Parts: sequence; C-alpha cells; structure tokens
Amino acid sequence: MSRTLHILSVFCAWALGFVWLFPLIYAIWAAIHPPEYATHFSLFAPLTMENFKAAWNEAPFMRYMLNTVIITTIILAGQLVLCTLAAYALARMEFIGRGLIFALVLMQLMVVPEILIVENYQTLAGLNLVDTHWGVALPYLASAFGIFLLRQTFKTVPQDLENAAKIEGCSVLAIIWKVYVPLAKPTYLAFSLVSVSYHWNNFLWPLVITNTEKSRPLTVGMSIFGAPESGVDWSIISAGTLISVGPLLVLFILFQRQFVQSFMQAGIK
Amino acid sequence: MANSLFPLTAYTIYSTMQSSKQIHAWLLLLPAMCLLVAFTHYPVVKTIARSFYGFGTRWESKPTLENYRYLLEDDVLMQVLYNSFLYAAITVPVSIVLAIAMALWVNGKLAGKGLLRTAYFTPTVLPMISVANIWLFFYSPEIGLLNKLLGLVGHGGINWLGDPSVALYSLMAMTIWKEAGFFMIFYLAALQTIDRNLYDAAAIENASSWTVFRRITFPLLMPTTLFVLVNALLNAFKLVDHLFILTKGGPNNASNLLLYYIFENAFSFFDTAYASALTVLLLVVLVVLALLQFGVIEKRVHYR
Repeated sequence: MSRTLHILSVFCAWALGFVWLFPLIYAIWAAIHPPEYATHFSLFAPLTMENFKAAWNEAPFMRYMLNTVIITTIILAGQLVLCTLAAYALARMEFIGRGLIFALVLMQLMVVPEILIVENYQTLAGLNLVDTHWGVALPYLASAFGIFLLRQTFKTVPQDLENAAKIEGCSVLAIIWKVYVPLAKPTYLAFSLVSVSYHWNNFLWPLVITNTEKSRPLTVGMSIFGAPESGVDWSIISAGTLISVGPLLVLFILFQRQFVQSFMQAGIK
Repeated sequence: MANSLFPLTAYTIYSTMQSSKQIHAWLLLLPAMCLLVAFTHYPVVKTIARSFYGFGTRWESKPTLENYRYLLEDDVLMQVLYNSFLYAAITVPVSIVLAIAMALWVNGKLAGKGLLRTAYFTPTVLPMISVANIWLFFYSPEIGLLNKLLGLVGHGGINWLGDPSVALYSLMAMTIWKEAGFFMIFYLAALQTIDRNLYDAAAIENASSWTVFRRITFPLLMPTTLFVLVNALLNAFKLVDHLFILTKGGPNNASNLLLYYIFENAFSFFDTAYASALTVLLLVVLVVLALLQFGVIEKRVHYR
C-alpha cells in the first residue's frame, strides 16, 4: 500500500515537473523546426535556424536587448548604492525620526510603483523623461526591499569591527565600504539576482513610459511582436520568445544554485 | 574658571558630535528617501487628491464626489472586482498547495530532484509576457495544442480565451503555473530549518507520513504559509502582464482585473480622474493586506 502510494507520488512529481517545463520545451521545439511542424510532432522533423533569422529580422531585438540591459544596469547600480547608504543609517545610526523613516520605507513593500502608474507617468512627463531609460528606471532606484534586506544583514555585523575601524580613523563612508559591504556579499548577490530577474521581466511600467524603440525593453517589444494582428506565425514567435528569454535563461542555468538560494534567502528575511 | 569651563567644552564637543551624527544619518538617507517619497508617497497623496479634484484629465477647483459616485454605479467595475476576488480566491490556495507539494518532493529523497527543482522554478525566471505568447498558442481555438489534445478524445474543443465563462480560468491556469514554483522556494527554505529530531521521533512512534505532515511539517510551515499567503494575494492584485497578451480583459470584460482596468481608464480612455479613484480602491485593498500582515504575521515571524 505504502509502496504504491510512493510510486504514485513520484509519478505525480515528475508529471508536474513535465507540465511545468512543457511551455519552454514546446517553444524550443517550434523554434528549431519548420512552421508546418509547429502543430504536429514528428521525431524526424528537419531542423532549421530560419525561424530565428526571421524573428531577428522581424523586430529590432538587438535594440530591445540593449535597452533592457541598460535599464536593468541603471536600476541595479542605483539600488546597490542608495540602499547600502540608507540601510547603514537605519541599521547602525541613532537619529531622530528613525522609526518613522523606517515605516515610510516599508510602505513601498506594499505600494509598489506598478500600482501608481497614473501619477508616476505625470511626474515623469513633467520631468521630460518619458521614453527614456532613466524614465523607466527612476521609480525603482530606491528599493524598500533592498534597504530592508541590507539593514537586516548589517545588523548582524559585530559592532567591534566598526569601532576598530573608527579608531583607525575611518570615515562613515569608509566604514561602510571596508567593513559592511564585504561582510554582506551574499546578501548583495541575492538581492542582485532577484532585482535583475524582476526588472528584466518587468512589463507594465515600461509599457506605460516608453513609446519608441529608443527606450523600449524586450518585454514591451515582445508584446508588440507577438500580437496576433502582426501576422507572425508561431514558429517565429517561439524563436523570438527564446531570443528574449535566452540571456536570462542562460544566466539562470549557470547560476542555478545561487538563484534558488538567493530567492530563498531573500524570502526568509 | 578652568573647572567650570571644562564640562561646558566637553558638552559642546559631545553635542556637536551628536548633531554631526544626525546630519550624517540624514545625508545617507537623503537620496533613497527623496526617490521613495517622489515615486511612492507623493503619488499616493496626489492620487487621493486627484480622485476628489479631478474630472477626466482636468483638475477642478472644488472637490467633487463625482468619481466615487461613478465608481458605485459602474457595472464594469463590479464585474472587475468580482473577477479580481475570484482570481485571488482560486489562484492563491491552488498555488500554495502545489508549492507545498513541490517543496516536499524536492526536499525528499527523490532521484533527480535537482532537475525537478529546476523544472518547477523555471517559470519564475521567465518573463510573463514572453511565456504568455506560448500559452496563447496552447489556448488558440483551431490549431491550439489544448484543443488538438481534446480532439484526440473526440471533444470538439473549447474556446479557451474567447468564451466569457472560461477566459478567466484560462488566465488562472497560467498564473498558477507561473507562481507555484516561486512559492516553493519559501517552503523549501522553511523545510530545511525544521529539526530532524522531530522526524526521528515520529519514525520511532511509527507515525504514517500523512500524520507526520499533518502534525509536524504543516504546523511548522505555518509562518511561511502566512507570509506566502499575503505575498500571493498581493501578486494576484498587481500581476496583470498576461492579460495584455492573452485576453486584453475580454471578452466583454469577462477576464478583466482591477489593475488592468486602471490601466485602461488612464491610458486608453484617458479618464485619469476615474483611474485615480480606482487606484484609491486598490490602495485600500493593499492597506487591508498590510494590516493583515503586520497584525498576524509579524507576531509569529521575528526578525533578527
């Protein structure tokens, strides 16, 4: 009885795993075979790279990819610097209004920028930043999640290390850079992976704030590319999809352990 | 004289140090706080103001309840709210149950569990928009994969995205697929913190695996479940990317969700003021969720 149950459980586990991977497997299948095989499976279907070529010519993927890379880089760099400074102040400095500031920071965990697209669009229009990389990045530069995560980590750094650095005559910035940042490396890695995959995949805000190829990231590009009215066939859409998820997927497969551990670590705190 | 001067000087030095520390703290916080206020707190206040002072895209001089009056009369909104709650009520529990099952499998002694973990987690790292294109193909009426499969068993096929009574459920299926693996991670982390001795003790008692799960694992996962619950509810209200590809809220608003409806009002119908009133409604939902989190969860999960 228990044996049957075990076999059933193992079967369910793999069946679910197959279903979960299926869309990706299918996309690979459709992308590397001629369009007539998109809807029927044959082991001896001829392989082709034509779909990738067609997709590549159909949309300015190079430009989209470049935009996505620029946007995620601006966001990550900004977040790392701003969150480090704020997290140190909240973790290790006594100042008037600390509780209030911390509460204001935590508010962003609930009220994420996506919800405020209407007003944020007005603000960025006022700053003349519509359809720019900075326009996409600005609302995300200060991340409550990052501040919170780093604050929790900084609090575990022994106070003695900081005191020793102070006796050596280090300034506040030098203390952060030489004592806190090196000790928080795993947290930085975790936060970076979570942040990059979030912003690589982000859609709603970039859709609102970008108008042209000049700043449009991959996700927004894909939504135009894949629209049925654009008349592109499934094999080409699959190829385009793979092009758009490719870099992140390769990154994920290479750093799989770190990815999973990062999401885990980020989730526990 | 020197005697009376000394404490004064010491005090002055001390207080200057204190105030310089204050200034340092504020300088460190300034860049992050400016941006946070500019893109979170200021727009919240502005949204509330616009919902009272706005009319269409204009800004009126006198406050009006017109936007809220329309909110109460809006039949589409009723449909959207019903959809949103149904969507949350189904996707959240199903994702959580699947996530627990996945975590137990991957944490167990299964051969090839590394591969299985990758399979479960992969949808999390893929962009919703890109994978929605693939799902669009699965769901498409004539050549779509699901209808081809149904065809094999002699079924005429279902209009997955075009039938108003099915479209929302088709969206839910994709959401569950996208989210369950993400929540699995949190359970996996929690499972690894459970004391092995408890399981050894249960083994001595000859407890069945269901009893072990019900009496040990599940109760100890409770804080994680609450954490995941709140995050899953939040996601249910803020994740609408797949609507843009799959249904655009249709047919006839049958699969429209609150955030998508806000987007439509602001950027398709150009009724910024009404979109603001709707945003206020969404903010209220989020505040309730926040209170739930701080009221229930913070008591159980204590941070270092």
